[in-house]
Amino acid sequence: MNFIDNPRKIRGFEKHVRVEKVSRRSILKGLGITGGFVLAAPVMSRQALAYETGAGKMPHGVVVDPRVFVSVAPDGIVTIVGHRSEMGTGVRTSLPLIVAEEMEADWSRVKVQQAHGDEVKFGNQDTDGSRSTRHYLMPMRQIGASARTMLEQAAAKRWGVPATEVKTVNHEVVHSASGRKLGFGELAADAAKESVPSIEGLKLKDPKDFRYLGKGQVGIVDLHDITTGKARYGADVRLPGMKYAVIARPPVTGGKLVSFDPEAALKVPGVEKVMKVQGWPWPSKFQPLGGVAVIARNTGAAIKGRDALKLVWDDGPNGKYDSVAYRKELEEASRKPGLVLRKEGDADAALKGADKVIVGEYYIPHLAHVSMEPPVAVADVKGDKADIWAPVQSPGGTRDDVAKTLGIPEGNVTVNVTLLGGGFGRKSKCDFALEAALLSKELGAPVKVQWTREDDIRNGFLHTVSAERIEAGLDKSGKVIAWRHRSVAPSIASTFAAGTVHQAPFEIGMGLVDMPFEIANISCENPEAAAHTRIGWFRSVSNIPRAFAVQSMVSEIAQATGRDQKETLLALIGSPRIVKPEVKDLWNYGEPQDSYPIDTARLRKVVELVAEKGEWGRQVPKGHGLGIAVHRSFVSYIATIVEVAVDDKGKLTVPRVDTAIDCGTYVNPERIASQIEGAAIMGLSLAKYGEISFKDGKVQQKNFDDFQVVRMDDSPVVTNVYIVPPGPDTPPSGVGEPGVPPFAPALINAIFAATGKRIRSLPIGKQLEA
Amino acid sequence: MIKVKINGQEQSWDGDPDLPLLWFLRDETGLTGTKYGCGQALCGACTVIVDKQAVRACITSVNDVAGREVTTIEGLHPNGDHPVQKAWRQVNVPQCGFCQTGQIMQAAALLMDNPKPSHDQIREAMSGNICRCGCYQRIENAVHLASTGV
Repeated sequence: MNFIDNPRKIRGFEKHVRVEKVSRRSILKGLGITGGFVLAAPVMSRQALAYETGAGKMPHGVVVDPRVFVSVAPDGIVTIVGHRSEMGTGVRTSLPLIVAEEMEADWSRVKVQQAHGDEVKFGNQDTDGSRSTRHYLMPMRQIGASARTMLEQAAAKRWGVPATEVKTVNHEVVHSASGRKLGFGELAADAAKESVPSIEGLKLKDPKDFRYLGKGQVGIVDLHDITTGKARYGADVRLPGMKYAVIARPPVTGGKLVSFDPEAALKVPGVEKVMKVQGWPWPSKFQPLGGVAVIARNTGAAIKGRDALKLVWDDGPNGKYDSVAYRKELEEASRKPGLVLRKEGDADAALKGADKVIVGEYYIPHLAHVSMEPPVAVADVKGDKADIWAPVQSPGGTRDDVAKTLGIPEGNVTVNVTLLGGGFGRKSKCDFALEAALLSKELGAPVKVQWTREDDIRNGFLHTVSAERIEAGLDKSGKVIAWRHRSVAPSIASTFAAGTVHQAPFEIGMGLVDMPFEIANISCENPEAAAHTRIGWFRSVSNIPRAFAVQSMVSEIAQATGRDQKETLLALIGSPRIVKPEVKDLWNYGEPQDSYPIDTARLRKVVELVAEKGEWGRQVPKGHGLGIAVHRSFVSYIATIVEVAVDDKGKLTVPRVDTAIDCGTYVNPERIASQIEGAAIMGLSLAKYGEISFKDGKVQQKNFDDFQVVRMDDSPVVTNVYIVPPGPDTPPSGVGEPGVPPFAPALINAIFAATGKRIRSLPIGKQLEA
Repeated sequence: MIKVKINGQEQSWDGDPDLPLLWFLRDETGLTGTKYGCGQALCGACTVIVDKQAVRACITSVNDVAGREVTTIEGLHPNGDHPVQKAWRQVNVPQCGFCQTGQIMQAAALLMDNPKPSHDQIREAMSGNICRCGCYQRIENAVHLASTGV
């Protein structure tokens, strides 16, 4: 017996909400591409919350029903559903842990069950935007408290005592007055019959009684399986009779197959079939690019068969895409006025009248996600039913897209979410699952589509390429009186709508128009840029180029005025206050400004904390240097100090990294530390090596030899993480992404301190040599 | 017919002798703990141990290991309690976990060869294994812990 009887019955308060441009999928509505996307989303009662989040505005909103998320078996084992995708952040542990906390369940008697993609049942499942803890801390507490209340009601009835006299302690309900106790298992059947309590009446635990939340002593649920090879990723799914496929896709975005010769491929031992894969014209969101699939009895044969294919492509409109020429275009555009997005005072006049103007032009190329598990999916399509197994960040969106692509009802599609071998935004696009579905339908057999690393690098949804130009005007005293920031980059929206030339609100809100400095004259502009390849979300998104530009400029101002980097930074941040940029429809990561304002007191605090703990200003050996940077993203505040060492040959090493994060109320500090440690590696990777470039429309890199990432021998020797203790009602904020943006500028500022060389173009590559 | 011993069990293969061991393990034998990450011996996700040596299964053919003994993550320890595995759990190394089996096999091979590696030796020996999540600091600490007794 368990609590799951009719999960559709209770959805809390329902009301229609306007879908805003806050998620991967709702962007479609915002851009006017699909119609009829009105959602009935349950919205939590305001009274029950100490703060409001944007959770209710996500597609399908939030479901707060213990019968959907919790079941109790007669042996007392509590099963808690994890409805978000696990890609390394620890969310599959953290959210169920919150439920267990409120429920007073003993974690050693809890099992976690992964939800399949069903947003009507579970609420929004898009695991992106550093949203999971932010949106689900309170709902998971409410679910746990509801389950506990139902167990208590059942026990009170059995004993014939008022429910107020019983309480739950560590997997048992107890009646202290009589000394009676009942275990969760003994109460399961009766508790399932209890009505679900209203959210308003729920009694949440006093945080001082927390056993798990905020403690960080619980390992991730998959730890043992991961270390023994039993953990099942998308790539590990095997079905009886399953075929293995790899696909040759157009080498240029928007290209098409002209002809192919399968003969040599079919001679490869193990190859069974060669077939065309349906493609969609560019841009078409996440729909497959099309091409030719080689079907074989194992992946190795399929790869060998694909190598033997003879293919003729029409490269289409992007066949001339060339990164060297495109960079010039972007930089020239950044030197001319663009669409003004934020205007305060008169930046033009103030720059003209300034005693000194510092100009910084910063460039960051395209980047590829290269999650260790390349895209992969298994599909079994039979008639009008489709079963999918895939490492997707968007189980609900994948279900929608598979249904639409196959032309079958959504209810006939089951998306089984496996573990993700890394995501970083790549796996929020389900193109690989759609390919598997199309092939399975045509073959009439289960199929696994495996992307090779070369496919991943050449046919992905890349991080944009940016030219960021900042002009800072200083008065005689060295105070910054004018700030003009022009950001030029092809938008993610170009993957959804042809002809897109301006960045979307969710991109300009990432470090451009939300710039927090106390400056009288500000102009933030966005000149036009057209895309020539598929652009997608990459961990931290536009915050990467913006933090790099803004925080490099801070160091350039410090240099020009002969002041300390940290003091210059604090002077620019200015007084503790709430920043309210004069921007129409200011995007705030989908969160209400009331709960998540731009708070410079918190920004200052992380700078001061990291400076204290990271010993800013300490003596470092010759050839070493310290750099600092701070950035607010995903409504969290993060500051980083990097120590570099550059030897006389220009070899760069990183002896130490210190990072302070204020992510509000938090669940698992141990996983926060791991995210920040990893963010330093990803930040170092992109700064040192990260570059995807195009020539004749084609990506020039192919694998980890020419698209390098940091390895252990050049990773930071030590990364220290400091978490700001939250105030009593501080809402939770993002952790997965905010760690990356400040890293590159802190590194670059440290390199300047060590060598006097100012790097404005990433990657660093060979710039420090000679 | 090629015969190869995998985790103590004799396996045979009469298909393409050039088939990479990686795909033989994963697709033909069902041992999916060994991962595909690059196919070019650049990332180490497919690391297995062949006769006490760490080997990249993606560029090793089935023919190359004919008559030899292959150990995969599934065969490293019957209960998953090899000192490296225990150390990994104690240090909470993994994030997504995908590269970790290859990392663990590489670390196990390192300790067979050099039971007390220095930090520099650990960093050098583990540098063929990429972790995109960036767990290197913990990997280094876990290898060190495994070498000093878990």
